[in-house]
Amino acid sequence: MSAILQPFIGFFGPIGRLMIAALAAIGRVTVFAATTVSRAVRPPYYPARLFEQLMQIGWFSLPVVGMTAIFSGAALAQQTFTAGSRFNATSTVPAIVVLGIVRELGPVLVGLMVAGRVSSAMAAELGTMRVTEQLDALTTLRTDPYRYLIAPRLFAALIAIPMMVIVANAIGIFGGYFVAVYKLGFNPIGYLDTTRQFLTATDLQMAVVKSAFFGFFIALMGCYHGFKAQGGAAGVGRATTDAVVSAFIMILLSNMIITLMAFG
Amino acid sequence: MADNPKIVLEGVRKSFGTNAVLDGVNLEIERGESMVIIGQSGSGKSVTLKCILGLIRPDHGAIRVDGEDLASMSTRQLEVARAKFGMLFQGSALFDSLPIWRNVTFALTQGRLRDATNMRKIATENLERVGLDAKVLDLRPSELSGGMQKRVALARAIAPRPEIIFFDEPTTGLDPIRADVINDLIVELVDELGVTALTITHDMASARKIAHRVAMLYEGKIVWRGARDRLYDSGNPYVDQFVQGRAEGPIQ
Repeated sequence: MSAILQPFIGFFGPIGRLMIAALAAIGRVTVFAATTVSRAVRPPYYPARLFEQLMQIGWFSLPVVGMTAIFSGAALAQQTFTAGSRFNATSTVPAIVVLGIVRELGPVLVGLMVAGRVSSAMAAELGTMRVTEQLDALTTLRTDPYRYLIAPRLFAALIAIPMMVIVANAIGIFGGYFVAVYKLGFNPIGYLDTTRQFLTATDLQMAVVKSAFFGFFIALMGCYHGFKAQGGAAGVGRATTDAVVSAFIMILLSNMIITLMAFG
Repeated sequence: MADNPKIVLEGVRKSFGTNAVLDGVNLEIERGESMVIIGQSGSGKSVTLKCILGLIRPDHGAIRVDGEDLASMSTRQLEVARAKFGMLFQGSALFDSLPIWRNVTFALTQGRLRDATNMRKIATENLERVGLDAKVLDLRPSELSGGMQKRVALARAIAPRPEIIFFDEPTTGLDPIRADVINDLIVELVDELGVTALTITHDMASARKIAHRVAMLYEGKIVWRGARDRLYDSGNPYVDQFVQGRAEGPIQ
């Protein structure tokens, strides 16, 4: 009997082990997030740390986010025009730009850019604190690292990313407008009118909901991998890579799930 | 021996995977006593310390401080119990994003910026106790030498006036003269503040100077304990080999 099963075990064994490892990782991250939230609701609170993180995650990411948005909006307008001109449908440019930016490109590109900037920084900073025993030192100095370090980052990202996505959407639409009006010869007032017609409150709400998820994952992945780092400088390097890669995957995966559920 | 030791470890066991790092550690530390645990790197010294601090949960056994078992406490109770402890980390573990005075008063403010005038005063007092002055208050940890960082870390550990202070390899990485300054400070703290001290080290000069009693940890067990004066005629082959620093003997 076992001789018959042997090739199957050889084939399915590694897949099973991978599944179990993945489930265990999901479990650990969930426990980490739940611990942070349950500790954060009790005092002491750290409003100054929250503000510091809002500046770090939000304000200082604005240049990068602004550039991402304006370049993407401009390129999208040009591509839509090129494709549309083949069957006389260039008037769809403003509609496709506004929907493309607000529904997909704005949240996802901002999420990815900020993940590259913020998840990595969080993992490197917390990882260094871990390997130099600063996290243990916090605990012995009557300060809970979850309240002092993790919660401000998690909540700041949850607030800052949606705000930045709104700003990025506006800049992205302007990028498309700029190319359409000054390069492709669209009427400025007509372009803005069409944009306003196609932009609905639901689309904006969806962008905010998506980006709140992205913000949560950006901070969670950065903090989790930094917090659990071990093994000196190489360990911090690994934690930083893992943080960025897992934040990217979580952003793209949750974007797909939310999109399929909302527009399906 | 007094009947109510400050710290009692009873059959403390801790494994990582299949590796039993602590294999039934038993130890009593009296009030106001300076106990030094010696042993090789990897003998479980740091894990013992981290178990008492509650940074690592032991698998089995009891850790009693003033009669209360830390090993069976909830996270919240542990947070309260830790108020009795101060810790000097091997690499100092100062917060490099904060100036010295906020590092020193961290336990009092729990990291919040409050009552700055008073906190700077408290920081100065504690820095003076370890032989530094107000000039360093606004510097960052990275601007200080290793020896000064150790002293700032010591000032930070004593600022909340803990009853028990743990020292993790306090002289590692310092030249012999600076190391002796730290040894003097530890002796002073025990004598003047009446704290209970637990030090882990493999620096025998340091152990000889600061210990009232010494215990030796080998393969996760305490293999010998005794007064400092007995260290060089313990009659224990493990201790003999260790204190004389011989490559051949029962420890391989």
